[in-house]
Amino acid sequence: MIDFSPPKPIKQMNNVVETVAVNMMRPVSRYFDENEHEIPWDFINFMHTAVKSMGGISMAPDEKKEKKKDADKKKKKHPPIGYQRLAHMVEMLSWGDAGMYLCVPGGMLGSAAVSAAGTPEQKKRFLTRFMGDEPVFDAMAMTEPQAGSDTSAIRATADLDEETNEWILNGEKIFVTAGDKALEQSNGFIVVWATIDTDAGRAGMRSFVVEAGTPGCSVTKMEEKLGIRASDTVSIVLQDCRVPYENILGSPTVKKTTKGFKGAMKTFDATRPIIAAQAVGIARATLELLKEELEKNGVTIRYGTPRQKLTNIEREVIDMEVQLRSAWLLTLKALWMADNKIHNPKEASMSKVIGGDVVVKITQKAVALLGPLGYSRDMLLEKWFRDAKITDLYEGTGQINRLVVARHILGYRGSQLR
Amino acid sequence: MYSFSPTEEQQMLLDAIGRYAENDLRPAAREADEETHFPPNIIEKGWEMGVLQASVPDEYFGFGEHSAVTGVLAAEAMAYGDLSGTLAVMVPNLFVLPLLFCGTEEQKQEHIPPVIEAEWKPYTAALMEPKFDFDPNDLATVAEADGEDYVLRGEKAFVPFAAEAEKMIVYANLDGETQGFIVSADGEGVEVGQRQKLLGLNALPLFTVNLESVRVPQRDRLGGPEGHDFAPIIDSSRAALAAMAVGMSKAAFDYAVEYAKDREVFGVKVAQKQAIAFMIAEMGTEIEAIRMLVWEAAWMLDNGQREASKTAYLALTGAANMAMMVTDRAVQILGGHGYIREHPVELWMRNGRGFATFSGLAMV
Ligand SMILES: Cc1cc2nc3c(=O)[nH]c(=O)nc-3n(C[C@H](O)[C@H](O)[C@H](O)COP(=O)(O)OP(=O)(O)OC[C@H]3O[C@@H](n4cnc5c(N)ncnc54)[C@H](O)[C@@H]3O)c2cc1C
Repeated sequence: MIDFSPPKPIKQMNNVVETVAVNMMRPVSRYFDENEHEIPWDFINFMHTAVKSMGGISMAPDEKKEKKKDADKKKKKHPPIGYQRLAHMVEMLSWGDAGMYLCVPGGMLGSAAVSAAGTPEQKKRFLTRFMGDEPVFDAMAMTEPQAGSDTSAIRATADLDEETNEWILNGEKIFVTAGDKALEQSNGFIVVWATIDTDAGRAGMRSFVVEAGTPGCSVTKMEEKLGIRASDTVSIVLQDCRVPYENILGSPTVKKTTKGFKGAMKTFDATRPIIAAQAVGIARATLELLKEELEKNGVTIRYGTPRQKLTNIEREVIDMEVQLRSAWLLTLKALWMADNKIHNPKEASMSKVIGGDVVVKITQKAVALLGPLGYSRDMLLEKWFRDAKITDLYEGTGQINRLVVARHILGYRGSQLR
Repeated sequence: MYSFSPTEEQQMLLDAIGRYAENDLRPAAREADEETHFPPNIIEKGWEMGVLQASVPDEYFGFGEHSAVTGVLAAEAMAYGDLSGTLAVMVPNLFVLPLLFCGTEEQKQEHIPPVIEAEWKPYTAALMEPKFDFDPNDLATVAEADGEDYVLRGEKAFVPFAAEAEKMIVYANLDGETQGFIVSADGEGVEVGQRQKLLGLNALPLFTVNLESVRVPQRDRLGGPEGHDFAPIIDSSRAALAAMAVGMSKAAFDYAVEYAKDREVFGVKVAQKQAIAFMIAEMGTEIEAIRMLVWEAAWMLDNGQREASKTAYLALTGAANMAMMVTDRAVQILGGHGYIREHPVELWMRNGRGFATFSGLAMV
């Protein structure tokens, strides 16, 4: 039965997360924007304790837990809501501060990859660390200087040293979100994509877990960015970096399949709508502030009035509300599908397309509508304008996600629409 | 608990409507548009789907309970076939649902059963007016109390089937409030004007109606002497029109997708060009996003949510923009062929522009 009411546990969680966003993020939001590369440890430590008490968060819920939940479900008839809950949390934290949200320990893209493709032993080895006393971070390193959207162009290599039974990784990764925190600031790990067969194209691509402190793996650069400055984005060089044989995620043999690569794609089914949730959070913060400011200045929005009678500002705000709400609902639908194990790559990319679009439009419009106030750093609006743009870039640019949506609609393979 | 899947019962209804849209409405749509007339047997068949009958309780001879969610699902599925046809099939909603929402017990007993029991008959309503900034909450048509009666004066437009209607609900401005009055179409002072010729909706007979001091007894004021709240009526109308915009846009979208996969240019299919594929991706995305907003608005209406009215308004606002965007692009994707009346996309484009204007032309 069609139902738009948030489940009770989500409502309760949302209240708590809102308190965190209001009290622990907004007050320091400007500070960490202006002091790039400083780390919001107070927030991180708080979130670490909070997240631990929730039993951890992950973009890819642990299968065992899922199975147990499935069993429970048969008893209690509660359908799974893990991703929907995560979406609400990410939306609210991003409403607080999109860059600080990316500093929440445990449960970023690296652990999502381990959850999605790892064996039970690997999950135990790599994921239990998030439940320790200290906050621990993870990251995912796919992008290289010459390979962004076109991930098949990556050059990082992994060679097996049969004598020691170790993988030797070589290459350079860029734009690794939280790479510094994963490798330098905690006992975390990164998941590195490399090829085990340079002639095999995507079929040769595999991911490897590289733990903090592994010799031959170093952070070489911290980027300075337009926005989300509280989040570190780093370059990582791998130079004869040796990791145990067991650190490969998925099968070590190259078959004429692209299964390894498809493993990466599969995590997108959850991570893309989660980025959309991030976009929606920033957009909602913006729209709320815009409406507050307008109201202070005597502008009320006359919902229900024909457009011919509205002022331009009213029409703009109403259109923003349409965009924001419809984008959020599509995001929820994509994740509801993921929770219910309904094949969702089309909806996942759709939500990313519309989320990225909507937040960029809303923040850009809002800055302009508030004139000199909007453009000023007295308000956070100009920051959100800068933060917003990232959601249209990472986890597949707007263009790449349009390609994915179009391929699914048209029933095309990558080779038919590139 | 979020859920985006219809009930089994709803799904059965949707399957039936889907077949009707595809096998009956769509094949008749072009000729109906050209001949400015929808074959009555097809309208009757649509009526027999029982969407309205199923939303009326059995004490008024229906067989169900009203649900805006079921209504928008049905409207969306039917409009996939043809918009004029769907509006025609659903015209009696314009009379019955305001009574169901706002009527007194007596009014319901008297007026609903004759519509519900019989074959499709044009019971209708008159809300719109011929002015550029028409506002359903600020009507130019006025109602004045005169002793025990009300007297209505003004000009209405876009009144479906007015020429053959038996009764209609006429909306008028009574002391600043939009109020409905049950009026006999052949009553004194009710002058049905010319059939209107429009940009779209050619198959739907729409008329101007002049009200020259039409006298309405108090018992025919919708909701009785105290009148009624107009919000449930306009909310329902917005949800219905938004749902139809989604269904019709989906039709244009699917047609353009199939065409783009078939047509070759420069040695590849049109759809293989990114400029086209990206349009397709955006059309598909926007349809799905607005669709969720329409569903949410309907769900809110059913559940008496505080933001229901606003959401219905947002849904129609979004759906009107989306429908124009999608239908325009559908024509564009067919190129010059899209401009030729052999293809349905130009019809959808003309109808698509209407959602910014239509008000009170449909209810769910
Ligand atoms: C702050 C930040 C954090 C990031 N975090 C991570 C991370 O944690 N891990 C990670 O691996 N990467 C990360 N990235 C990298 C990010 O995913 C890439 O930047 C992104 O995928 C785009 O790649 P690119 O920058 O090389 O652009 P390019 O691929 O060079 O694209 C340039 C332009 O061409 C367009 N384009 C590309 N291909 C096509 C096509 N086929 N059709 C049409 N248009 C096309 C793109 O949309 C874009 O507009 C991050 C980036 C940033 C900025």
